[in-house]
Amino acid sequence: MIVLSDYLILAALLFSLAVAGIFLNRKNIIILLMCIELMLLAVNLNFIAFSHFSGDPAGQVFVFFILTVAAAEAAIGLAILVLLFRNLSTINVSEINSLKG
Amino acid sequence: MNSLIFYSFAAILLFAAVMVITVRNPVKAALFLVLAFFTSAAIWLMLHAEFLAISLVLVYVGAVLVLFLFVVMMLDIDVAPLKEGFARYLPLGILVAALIVVEMITVLNAPAFNISAPEVLEESNTKQLGRLLYTVYVYPFEIASVILTVAIVAAITLTLRQHSRKLQDIGKQVAVRREDRVRLVNLRNKPDEGENAP
Repeated sequence: MIVLSDYLILAALLFSLAVAGIFLNRKNIIILLMCIELMLLAVNLNFIAFSHFSGDPAGQVFVFFILTVAAAEAAIGLAILVLLFRNLSTINVSEINSLKG
Repeated sequence: MNSLIFYSFAAILLFAAVMVITVRNPVKAALFLVLAFFTSAAIWLMLHAEFLAISLVLVYVGAVLVLFLFVVMMLDIDVAPLKEGFARYLPLGILVAALIVVEMITVLNAPAFNISAPEVLEESNTKQLGRLLYTVYVYPFEIASVILTVAIVAAITLTLRQHSRKLQDIGKQVAVRREDRVRLVNLRNKPDEGENAP
């Protein structure tokens, strides 16, 4: 029988994998954006699990809003990324230091 | 049977997440991200969140990840320098991730979270969600639409090329003389040559 903590532990594993991904791929902005998407996915899984096991659909409404904001974030983030690559010809985080004094 | 399905989908989801963060090629990482989102849509279906599962597939796999793939393939990226430091930060990353996992599992094994699923409700999931969205959460719902509009406008203005931008050239506007814009036409004296009159 699957209980609530199974889903929550799955979401925690997914979130920690995304955190580890941010540590490992700290040079590549695209992979960093993907890791943020994975984190949001883990958070959404938490919301839906709690919503299902407490019988309250309000949690799913919040997942809806998180999906909206995440889609907007991905669109703007990728637009900034394209602009960055057009101007600097690199997406390496360690070379993006023009604001450094 | 149910738990077998859950554990197999969980294994696929975690495998896809591991591949996303370790694979060398960003295109492959985006494709494994597609796999991760698809598998978690299946897990959401097990939690009776049918509407959100379908919208995850439509919105994420259909739009956001295609956008990711499009950007990854459009940019000509040299992958080799982006992977340096991978081995150096591997122990730290594993340490932080393991700490988070141990802490969360310690907390989540409490008996308060050891509850099983309630009975399935009579009403369909989409109907419940729609009723909530259009009554209690109608104001946040409208704000969400405004956020999407702002995202469209921001993405378009950011990626427009410089020469196609509709910008005012203020110097040109100030330098305009009366002769450039106004042409007096004498209609009464020369009706047939009206077009060419000074």
